[in-house]
Amino acid sequence: MDLVQSVFYICSAMVIVFAFMVIISANPVRGALFLVATFLASSVIWILLEAEFLGLILVLVYVGAVMTLFLFVVMMLNIDVVPLKETLVKYVPVALLVIVAILAMLISVVGPSHFGSMPQPAMHAADYSNTKALGMLLYTQFAYPFEVAGVILLVAIIASITLAFRGRVNRKSQRPSDQVNVNPKDRVRVIKMPSEKKI
Amino acid sequence: MIALSDYLIVAAILFSISMAGLIINRKNVITLLMCIELMLLSVNLNFLAFSHFLGDSLGEVFVFFILTVAAAEAAIGLAIIIVLFRNRGTIDVEALNALKG
Repeated sequence: MDLVQSVFYICSAMVIVFAFMVIISANPVRGALFLVATFLASSVIWILLEAEFLGLILVLVYVGAVMTLFLFVVMMLNIDVVPLKETLVKYVPVALLVIVAILAMLISVVGPSHFGSMPQPAMHAADYSNTKALGMLLYTQFAYPFEVAGVILLVAIIASITLAFRGRVNRKSQRPSDQVNVNPKDRVRVIKMPSEKKI
Repeated sequence: MIALSDYLIVAAILFSISMAGLIINRKNVITLLMCIELMLLSVNLNFLAFSHFLGDSLGEVFVFFILTVAAAEAAIGLAIIIVLFRNRGTIDVEALNALKG
């Protein structure tokens, strides 16, 4: 067993174990940290597949940005950590059934009998740049979808800000409806009283 | 030598684990979002494996766009969870039954 193969099997085992820990951890903070470990291990697999740029993007964008966002939200909300046991007993048979059924179906489709004999692709030359190849595709053939991806990110920014922004609590702006609805009688009170005598 | 089916089987196991996670987690919407991220990861692994073995960079372009959309989805989903927690005081899946679905 050569080095690449052993790295692949170790990292696949790590991906599967950490993904399992994500779904059974009751504490979402711990789940998010295990998800970070899953992403790191799978980025190794991506780099083995000669997708170096995407593997690094997975670490930078996912581990660096998205998972930080997850951790922020988890720690901002005051969630009571409930042990998973009570729900686990109820749903584990269904989950096991689903896991076995889906896995059997998928493996019968993608298993070694169909895709095991695919010839190994030729390794790229040492000076081959995956980033350059991807960039050539993205900026020529896929320039329009690339722009659309930017628009999607803009939509995500605007949507998440409008959803989460509450406005300032004590801002000093005018409220025209209140100003129009003022009743003069509430503001000025005319009191009739006899004039006082000079002492 | 690692066969193509090895990569595909890893992705299949990852997908079914996250599917089971969607079923057994009834306490926390955030864990459900994490399971969806895992599903997208397994789909990306499939794309990259086929892209590598077929010698076509199209799969990598697809993975690039999936990563973009997944980041947008995570941001909006977390914002929705914050609003949900503000309004209801809980993100328990079983407590969110206003639609009686």
